[in-house]
Amino acid sequence: MNRLQVLWQSTVGKKAVMAVTGLVLVAYLISHVLANLLVFDGPERVNRYAALLHGTGGALWSARLVLLVAVILHVVAAVQLTLRSRAARPSSYVAGREPQASTLASRTIRWGGALILVFLVYHILHFTTGGAHPEFIELNPYHNVATGFRNPLVAGFYAIAMIAVGLHLYHGVWSSGRSLGVSRPSPRPLHRRLALALAAFVWLGFTAIVVAGYLGVFGRAG
Amino acid sequence: MNLILHIWRQASPSVPGAMVRYEARDISPDMSFLEMLDVLNERLMERGDAPIAFDHDCREGICGSCSLMIDGLAHGPHRGTATCQLHMRSFRDGAEIRIEPWRARAFPVVKDLVVDRGALDRIIAAGGFISAPTGGAQDANTILVPKPDVDTAMDAAQCIGCGACVAACPNGSASLFTASKLTHLGLLPQGQPERYARALTMVRRMDLESFGHCTLHGECQEACPKEISIDTITRMNRDFLRAGLTAGRAAVAESD
Repeated sequence: MNRLQVLWQSTVGKKAVMAVTGLVLVAYLISHVLANLLVFDGPERVNRYAALLHGTGGALWSARLVLLVAVILHVVAAVQLTLRSRAARPSSYVAGREPQASTLASRTIRWGGALILVFLVYHILHFTTGGAHPEFIELNPYHNVATGFRNPLVAGFYAIAMIAVGLHLYHGVWSSGRSLGVSRPSPRPLHRRLALALAAFVWLGFTAIVVAGYLGVFGRAG
Repeated sequence: MNLILHIWRQASPSVPGAMVRYEARDISPDMSFLEMLDVLNERLMERGDAPIAFDHDCREGICGSCSLMIDGLAHGPHRGTATCQLHMRSFRDGAEIRIEPWRARAFPVVKDLVVDRGALDRIIAAGGFISAPTGGAQDANTILVPKPDVDTAMDAAQCIGCGACVAACPNGSASLFTASKLTHLGLLPQGQPERYARALTMVRRMDLESFGHCTLHGECQEACPKEISIDTITRMNRDFLRAGLTAGRAAVAESD
């Protein structure tokens, strides 16, 4: 067996893959939320940013490929580990098991992840390809955001998905350091300030755009 | 005090089990939980019924024999306590208490509340030891160990192998158990030569025993009667990944 096989075939190695791919996606999410917040600055800058990205051509597609591979590895490892976890306790406790330390975020990480995956497909059809957006204009994100979130169902779905993203990051960012064995020992190992700050920032940033779009803060100009 | 107990009864591994209701009257609050079960068993035997099988040995919290999921909590409601050190004064008079065995695919039920925890022994056999030439004992302190390393190693060495971490884990993972031994041996000078091979072989055995993986819920460290920290799991992951990335083929071939 070669080294990568050794890692991929172990639970610890699969978790490391999930941690690395998760951190790649978190790094992307941070740049994504920062860029999206340009929408509050009016149509010109955010549209110019979109044009800039598309102007890079090969670099844009390379980045997309990296993200796609990261998503696939993250999901495949998650599914395999989840099946393993189910198999590890075939008969559950009749009287239930009282959670002592787990958080809402850690308990919802699997279903939340599934929701995020569904959301991701919709989101790409909605804002990237435009197939699911009734008034889509290519390379005009300001217009697409301004019109896209006026529909309460769309805005509602985005808002729920962003809660799932926030919870996912709150547990995932913190646990990835431990899965990779790089976190420092702590007298209170369950405390996580960095993950809380990152999760809150990403959640608030995206949610602000959804809420503002729904309320019609962005004019139809542009 | 009077109690109503719902206890898992299962005659053998091959037959299905069920919760059975018992009334335990005139229980002293000073009894330990296991003494309360002893009393119940004596009364069952007087009636001609089969006593409830449960594991126990030292009854002073150091052997790791006792188990029991009590009201959904491994070793019951007290932190840092094995079931044998839990006393009936922790329950109110008239309480209904539900008692189950540890549940995991790797821990098959033998009878009633007794499960086979041999999987943990096999993880230890896969690498939870040091190899040293025998001979006269060395003088004390000839090998100096930094105080923080001693403290962390000894905290991890407190593991009594009871399996509460597996029982409390939503994934049925033995990560805290395996990580405790890897931390204990991996921090001390005597454990260094085999440190990375040990991480590979013990993690591999843990996976082969069909335990689940770690998602860092943190339930294990709350359930652990020795309050071992999930920081040990971070160490296990670090040593395993380093071993897997650097040693690779050689170390794995050696472990086969």
